[in-house]
Amino acid sequence: MSATDTDAPDTGAAQDTMVAVRQVHKVFGHGHDAVHVLKGVDLDVARGSVTVILGPSGSGKSTLLRCVNELEEITGGSVVVDGELMGYREDAKGVLHRLHPKVVARQRSRIGMVFQRFHLFPHMTALENVMEAPVQVKGLSKREARQRALELIERVGLADRADHYPAQLSGGQQQRVAIARALAMDPELMLFDEPTSALDPELVGEVLAVMRDLARSGMTMIVVTHEIGFAREVADHVVFMDDGVIVEAGPPERVLDDPQHERTKNFLSHVL
Amino acid sequence: MTTQTSPPGNDPVPNRIHARPVPRPGRLVAAAVVLVLAAMVANALVTNDNFRWDVVWLYLRDVVVVRGVMWTLILTFGSMAIAVVLAITLAIMRRSDNPVMRWVSWAWIWFFRGTPIYTQLIFWGLLAVLYPRLSLGIPFGPEFFTFRTDDVITAFWAALLGLAFNESAYLAEIVRAGLTSVDPGQAEAAKALGMKDGKIMRRVILPQAMRVIVPPTGNETISMLKTTSLVVAVPFTLELQFATSAMGNRQFLPIPFLVIAAIWYLLITSILMVGQHYLEQYYGRGFGTATGRRGRGKGPGGRQAAIAASGTVTVDLAKEVTP
Repeated sequence: MSATDTDAPDTGAAQDTMVAVRQVHKVFGHGHDAVHVLKGVDLDVARGSVTVILGPSGSGKSTLLRCVNELEEITGGSVVVDGELMGYREDAKGVLHRLHPKVVARQRSRIGMVFQRFHLFPHMTALENVMEAPVQVKGLSKREARQRALELIERVGLADRADHYPAQLSGGQQQRVAIARALAMDPELMLFDEPTSALDPELVGEVLAVMRDLARSGMTMIVVTHEIGFAREVADHVVFMDDGVIVEAGPPERVLDDPQHERTKNFLSHVL
Repeated sequence: MTTQTSPPGNDPVPNRIHARPVPRPGRLVAAAVVLVLAAMVANALVTNDNFRWDVVWLYLRDVVVVRGVMWTLILTFGSMAIAVVLAITLAIMRRSDNPVMRWVSWAWIWFFRGTPIYTQLIFWGLLAVLYPRLSLGIPFGPEFFTFRTDDVITAFWAALLGLAFNESAYLAEIVRAGLTSVDPGQAEAAKALGMKDGKIMRRVILPQAMRVIVPPTGNETISMLKTTSLVVAVPFTLELQFATSAMGNRQFLPIPFLVIAAIWYLLITSILMVGQHYLEQYYGRGFGTATGRRGRGKGPGGRQAAIAASGTVTVDLAKEVTP
C-alpha cells in the first residue's frame, strides 16, 4: 500500500469521501501474456456525487469499475469504500491479509452494480429478481422483501411488469429491473458499467431517466458511459481515461467543453 | 390455379387463394408400401402361435414378474438418485480451484467411463473376495468397527452402487456441460449482489443449468432402466429381466416371457417420457416465451431460446445421447 498518512482512509476525511482509489494497478495474465490494464489510477468520489468515466474502449474504465467492488482483484494499490479497505485487512505491521470470501461478499453487498448486458436471472420473474438478494443475503422475510421489491419496481416504472420473466421484457425494461435489483440491497454506492450500450437507441432514454432520478435522490454513483449528454447534465465530476491512466478529470463543463489534453480533445471530437 | 372472390362476410382477406395442391403420387405410393409392411409385421406377431400370447397374458401380472418390476424400479431410481448427487459433486469438483479436487474428479470419471459396466458389476460382486473385512477407524491407524464385507455389501447393494458409480461418471459430464452453458455474467451479477459461492451455485447457476441437464438425464434414466438387466453379473437375480427369463427357461417357453419383459420395459419407459416432458417444462420457465426481443444482451440461454423460438431445431425426447 502506498497510502500515506495524509490520505489515510479511516480518518475524518472519510466523512465526505465515499470511494478512494489509490495507485491501482491491474495486470491480467502472467509472463509474456500479461496485459497491464490499469497503470496507477487515483480517483476520489465524494459522497452523494455522480462521477462519469469516459474513454475509448480498452482504456480500462470498466476494469476500474470492477475493481471498486472486487469483481476483479487488484494487482497493486488500494481501494477504500466508505472508510473500509476492500478485499484486504492490514495488520499492525502493515502486512496485508486477503479477506475471507464471506467478508468480501458482505463488502460487495453494500455496492450496487448495473451491467451493460443486464444479467437478470432469466428463471426468475422481475419481482423475484429484485427479491432474491434481500432474501438470500440480508435474510429478509419474503413478505418484507416483496413489499420493498414492489416499491422499487414501481419506482423504475414497471409496476405492471412485475410478474414478467426477463425474456418477456424489452432491453430498457430489463435494465430498469436490474437497477431496481441493485437498489434492493440499499447500497451506499452504485456502479454503472455502460448501462445503455446494449440498448436500442429509442430505449436509452428510459434508463437514463431512472439514473437521473437516482442521482437527484443523492445516491453516490460511478457511471461508465458514452452518453456525453448524460455526463454534461448529471455528472459532478468527469474523468477521462486512456490506456490505463486518468488523463484528465474535473467538472463536466471543463473536461467536456474545454479539454486540456490532446487525447481528450481527440476522443470528444469523435463521440460528439 | 384458381382465385375466387370469397362471399362478402367476416373474411378479412377478400381475395383468398383456393389453389389445388401440387400432385404428389409418390407420397401415396410410399405410404401404401409402408402400411402394407406394417400390416405384415402385425399379422406375423398376432398369428404366430409360437409367441403364445395366452401365456404372455396369463403371466403378465404374475407375482414374480411384478416383484421383478419393483426391483428393477428400485435399482433404476435408487442408482440414479445416488448418481445425481455424486455427479453434481464431481462436476463442482472439476471446476474447483483446488487441483486435488479436479484431479480426483477427473480420475473417477476416467475409470468409470473407461471400463464396461458389466466388468464393474462383476467386480463389485467379488469385492468380498478382494477385501473380506471392512473396518471403520483412523486411516492407517487403529480400527474401531469391523464388518464382514458379505454382510455389508449384499448383492443388492453391490448392484445398486455398481450402477450408481458407473452412471455418476456419465452424469458428471452432463452436469458439467450444463454448468458451463450458463453465462458467466450470471455468477458475476449474483456476486455483485453479495451472494456467496454456495448460494450462487444453488440459486442462480444450477437452476439454469437444469435446462441443459434434464433432457439427457431423462435419457440416462431410460437407459438405466434397461442397464439394470445386467446386474445378474453381480449376481443379483430378482429384477425383471432375470426373473422373467428364469421362469421362461423353467417352463421351456422363453419367448413369451421375453415378450412380458419387453412389455413392462416399454410401459415404464413411456411413463418416464411423460415425466420428463413435465420436468423440462418446469426448468424451461422464463426461456420458452418468445417476445422477439430476445437474443440480445444474453448469453447461451438467450441464444438457445432464440434457436428454440425459431423452430429450426426440435428436441427429440427419446434421443439417445450416450452409448
